[in-house]
Amino acid sequence: MPFTIVVLIKQVPARTAVSIKPMKDDGTLDRGALPAVFNPGDMNALEMALDIRDRFGATVTAITMGPPQAAEVLRESIYMGADRAILLTDRRFAGSDTLATSRVLSQAIKQLGAFDLILCGREASDGATGQVGPQVAEQLEINQLTYVEAVEQLDTVKCSCWREVETGRELAESKLPVLITVNAAANTPRPFSAKRIMRFKNALAPAELAPGASPKALAGRGLLIEQWDADRIGIDGSLCGLSGSPTRVGKIDPVALAGSAFKKIEPNDQGIRELFEELIADHTFD
Amino acid sequence: MPIILLTDGTGMENSAAEVWVYLQHQGRDMLEPSLEVLGKACELAGSLKVSVAGILAGDKVDVLAEKALLYGAQKVYVLQSRHLETYSSAIYTKAFCKLIRSKQPAIFLAAATLQGRDLAPRIASALKAGLTANCTDLKIGSCLDQNTGQEYKKILLQLRPAWGGTSIATIINPEARPQMATVCPGSMKMPQPVRASRGEIIHIPPDVQAEDIKTTVLQREPASRRMDLKAAGIIVAGGAGMGTKENFDLLRRLATALGGQVAATRAAVAAGFIGPEYQIGQTGASVRPRLYIACGISGAFQHLAGIEQPGTIIAVNTDPAAPIFSVAQYGIVGDARDVVPKLINAYRQLGH
Repeated sequence: MPFTIVVLIKQVPARTAVSIKPMKDDGTLDRGALPAVFNPGDMNALEMALDIRDRFGATVTAITMGPPQAAEVLRESIYMGADRAILLTDRRFAGSDTLATSRVLSQAIKQLGAFDLILCGREASDGATGQVGPQVAEQLEINQLTYVEAVEQLDTVKCSCWREVETGRELAESKLPVLITVNAAANTPRPFSAKRIMRFKNALAPAELAPGASPKALAGRGLLIEQWDADRIGIDGSLCGLSGSPTRVGKIDPVALAGSAFKKIEPNDQGIRELFEELIADHTFD
Repeated sequence: MPIILLTDGTGMENSAAEVWVYLQHQGRDMLEPSLEVLGKACELAGSLKVSVAGILAGDKVDVLAEKALLYGAQKVYVLQSRHLETYSSAIYTKAFCKLIRSKQPAIFLAAATLQGRDLAPRIASALKAGLTANCTDLKIGSCLDQNTGQEYKKILLQLRPAWGGTSIATIINPEARPQMATVCPGSMKMPQPVRASRGEIIHIPPDVQAEDIKTTVLQREPASRRMDLKAAGIIVAGGAGMGTKENFDLLRRLATALGGQVAATRAAVAAGFIGPEYQIGQTGASVRPRLYIACGISGAFQHLAGIEQPGTIIAVNTDPAAPIFSVAQYGIVGDARDVVPKLINAYRQLGH
């Protein structure tokens, strides 16, 4: 019996872009300045799902919650090999904190029916909270194995995984279904398949269509990415978005980067020699 | 001797609005990050004029409870059960949620260790409470909710780096209780223990059974060598910016030349440049060297959290805007692959 696997994916601002001044002068985020990418950790989760499919047989569904442009990470999931992709998008989801996000994701997962594994990255590279995975597991009343580095054994009722813990590593076993958060050390994500890029590069979610364009034509060619809103997943608008979020951003203060606080050393022999003379004079090596 | 009380866990005896701290332990000792959080919790409870309580779960943990009292807890609630002897997500969540529902603390804090980050979000999800991850500071104060215009007083201000460390966000939980946060290890001062305490240890029988344990640990592999890093006076650390394993090996040469120890960020470990036992940061070792040379490290707060009481920091990075420069005393804007051999040469030429 093949396994049913759901992979949770987030689109995040590109890591390399963080130093390009993401804030506008008024202190708000300049999203236009930040290219958005597939959260790297979620790519490890998708790779783990596809590896399980290769070894045991499985169907892999990728889900993301975000604005229409988040469909890009779903296309990339399909390029890597996901069987199905669903975009959760709705203005009512905007401003969700981790709890509200976990409600939307878990409610969407419930619509998919029975599943064996839910996989996601250990954390998103932007917020780095690592909270949404465990919060989804709690909403779905299933067990979790966090910080997993390898799936050791998997059968129809249980799985065992090596996971990172404070003291080192442990081999932990859980019944299915279970939610697994995946460490970057787990694997190297496979490259996009050129064949699948050619086949699916024109796939779009309805929210991405030009006004007046027909989703039916795309659907006929198997290129329509599924898109669900709050009504489709059956979640009350007051439980998601800002109104469903118990946390609020009170304020954001730019950090005064002490640009002149450090002494600049020229990257040449002269500069470095002077640096060491100073360190030796300060007894740093004694 | 502390007073030891037994309750049925349903009472509301003078416990409303307390500040609680999850006390993580392993082996026979409490984790340092939990004690750091306890130190901060004492300050918060002081400004709210309420009690600070530690929450311990496990079997025969009274010695640890007494230790928590010496480190500032006024109460320690002990969830005593052999089923709680080792940490497990589901059963701990169940036991903690019941205790929180019955006693309704104002604030619940945990260290942002792997275990803290496994447990706290499950509790928050079950209780519909707001949770802020990896806080680097906590205060009691007033805050305006910009959406509603309402001002909240005597609320927990949860400070954490945002947008790659270029900003500090203040997060609040206006309505939901408890106000929950995990705290970045190393970001709070370690409290000093007192010689004698007058606090209470309160045993609360948790309503848990063996079936509540959903995870079975089949095997454990201890990590090694982390102590070497902690004791090292000179550390040469590399990040993802080193690019390749071969470049990373340059750092070993520099460390050897300086009589120091090589170390790495999580990103460098994840990239396979070096083993996880060399990792410094929130989920790795904490270090306190005299000299820290950071090569190809951007300076994410998760990494900086691992540097306690830094001595001198030298940052080498091609990106002059990298946050690592904001904590460095000396900055070299350049490619570590060129700079590191120059460092080795200069040190040798100066007769060391």
